[in-house]
Amino acid sequence: MTTARGPVAAEERRQRRAPHERRTGGVVPLPLAVLATLAVLFLLVPLGAMLLRAPWTSLPRILEEGSVLEALRLSLLCASAATAVSLLVGVPLAWVLARAEFRGLPLLRALVTLPLVLPPVVGGVALLLAFGRLGVVGRYLDLWFGFTLPFTTLGVIAAEAFVAMPFLVVTVEGAFRSLDRGYEEAAVTLGASRLTTFRRVTLPLVGPSLVAGSVLCWARALGEFGATITFAGNFPGRTQTMPLAVYLAMETDPDAALALSLVLLLVSVAVLALLRDRWLRAGSTL
Amino acid sequence: MTAGLAVDGRVDRGGFSLDVQARVAPREVLGVLGPNGAGKSTLLRALAGLVPLTEGSIRLGDTVLDEAATDTWVPAEQRPVGIVFQDYRLFPHLDVRDNVAFAPRSRGAGRAESRRAAQHWVDRLDLADLATRRPWQLSGGQAQRVALARALAADPALLLLDEPLAALDARTRLDVRSTLRQHLADFAGPVVVVTHDPLEAMVLADRLLVLEGGRVVQQGTPASVARHPATDYVARLVGLNLYAGRLDSLSGEVTLDGGGRLVATLTPEANPADGRVLVALSPAAISVHVTPLDHTSMRNVWRGRVSGLELLGDRVRLQVQAEPAAIVDITAAALTDLGLERGSDVWLAAKATETVAYPETGG
Repeated sequence: MTTARGPVAAEERRQRRAPHERRTGGVVPLPLAVLATLAVLFLLVPLGAMLLRAPWTSLPRILEEGSVLEALRLSLLCASAATAVSLLVGVPLAWVLARAEFRGLPLLRALVTLPLVLPPVVGGVALLLAFGRLGVVGRYLDLWFGFTLPFTTLGVIAAEAFVAMPFLVVTVEGAFRSLDRGYEEAAVTLGASRLTTFRRVTLPLVGPSLVAGSVLCWARALGEFGATITFAGNFPGRTQTMPLAVYLAMETDPDAALALSLVLLLVSVAVLALLRDRWLRAGSTL
Repeated sequence: MTAGLAVDGRVDRGGFSLDVQARVAPREVLGVLGPNGAGKSTLLRALAGLVPLTEGSIRLGDTVLDEAATDTWVPAEQRPVGIVFQDYRLFPHLDVRDNVAFAPRSRGAGRAESRRAAQHWVDRLDLADLATRRPWQLSGGQAQRVALARALAADPALLLLDEPLAALDARTRLDVRSTLRQHLADFAGPVVVVTHDPLEAMVLADRLLVLEGGRVVQQGTPASVARHPATDYVARLVGLNLYAGRLDSLSGEVTLDGGGRLVATLTPEANPADGRVLVALSPAAISVHVTPLDHTSMRNVWRGRVSGLELLGDRVRLQVQAEPAAIVDITAAALTDLGLERGSDVWLAAKATETVAYPETGG
């Protein structure tokens, strides 16, 4: 900002610059610009610090260690499985929330999306109380089927699905809600049953939101920490996912923690690249 | 495929009530004409099975599609009813061929088999070149043909069209109208076309049913409806002056409800016991004069004042405040010759032979 040298000079300057300032949008008021810059720095400096301090030379050695690859493999597997589970039951749930009409629907909607705002650790505790060996449901799973969920890989998947599914449900529900019902009506008049209509018309039409919701869900599951460590523990090869491995490594081997973090960062960037185009904009209501 | 449609029922929906009795024979095209909110779309939705009747029944030949009394209800997906929606509703995620193949596929045919079935209609409606296009790559006229092909591929026994030309621009409307007429003529079952455009109704339909406020106000051939409109709405649509009044059967003079009298020619059936008649008078059959007519053979001469002028193509439509008030069409040349403008005093004249009276119950 140049200092004004009186109103006349300011007026002259405005006139001179006028042809270049024809755009009326995009002019950012100074206070907003300063605060926005602070926000950008706050978000980017830590990432930059990670890249600056990364042990680039010892990186290959750390990553080649079996435990790292194992944690990565487990993370990808569990996040994908949690996403699959969320798709299988979350999409029908989203449809019910968007389309069904019954008393208590608003309450149900609030309850099933509660994990969005619930601290994940609390989610883990809740899961233990339900599916733990002595839990409300888990007791009978153990008694009748000899099946235990906590502290197993399945437990990791359950914890991740619990925390991440609402992201999918909320995204897809919005898409179902805003979908033009005319297409479904047309399908029905062409002889398609309700289920065929759902499969051949409704689902394809919300496809972009389905993808966006799945990616959000998957990314959330991949980064899940609190519920996982509470409900599934921290057993390498079985329940130790990347975030747990990073946390553990910070105490013993900070370089390894940094290396693991870089891998997760890489995965996140890949997810962003996937979402970048139309998907995030076209479908998501988040 | 050769069963006629019989509707006799009522649909109540949130304060609005639609009450319709109609028969449509196989190969007959019924045009349902009416202003917005008259219940045209509700009628189509009831026929298609998208809303249930509150009372009465819908039959297709011997098949009962909907009957409130016996609680009979054939759901939309099981009705042999094809519908072309006003906005076409082509599936955006499918190309033209798969849109047309949707109905066979929904009935359980395999992909190859349903595409073969679709191919017949793709060829029939001249869509072969467009088969792999997506709906957004089609012009309005093309999309309309795809929508028709998609509906026909379901092999329906009853075909419904909702404002089939409304989404098209004026130029394509002309082309599409004539091809649509041909395709409808090829269809063996009854056809119901809903429209608010009288021209569309006249061209496409064999018979008209006029709906107003959820009630049938007139039924008849396009020609009879155009000649003898039963309500102001229809009269305005077909561009006629319409007056209600009481006929003096001795003098042949009609005393109009809105003031004024007209000497009219009676249609053969126009001699109702109560004397109530409608009088229709074409705007082109009225002549305009700026001086009194002393010696004239015209039986109807009355005085008025021009209250509005409107250019309609090569002619000028005058609104004349008088008893009775009238719209009058004159040529642009006549307008200049007579030196007419808003507020001019005029004498109107019409022959009794052009002034047609018929019973109020509709022609």
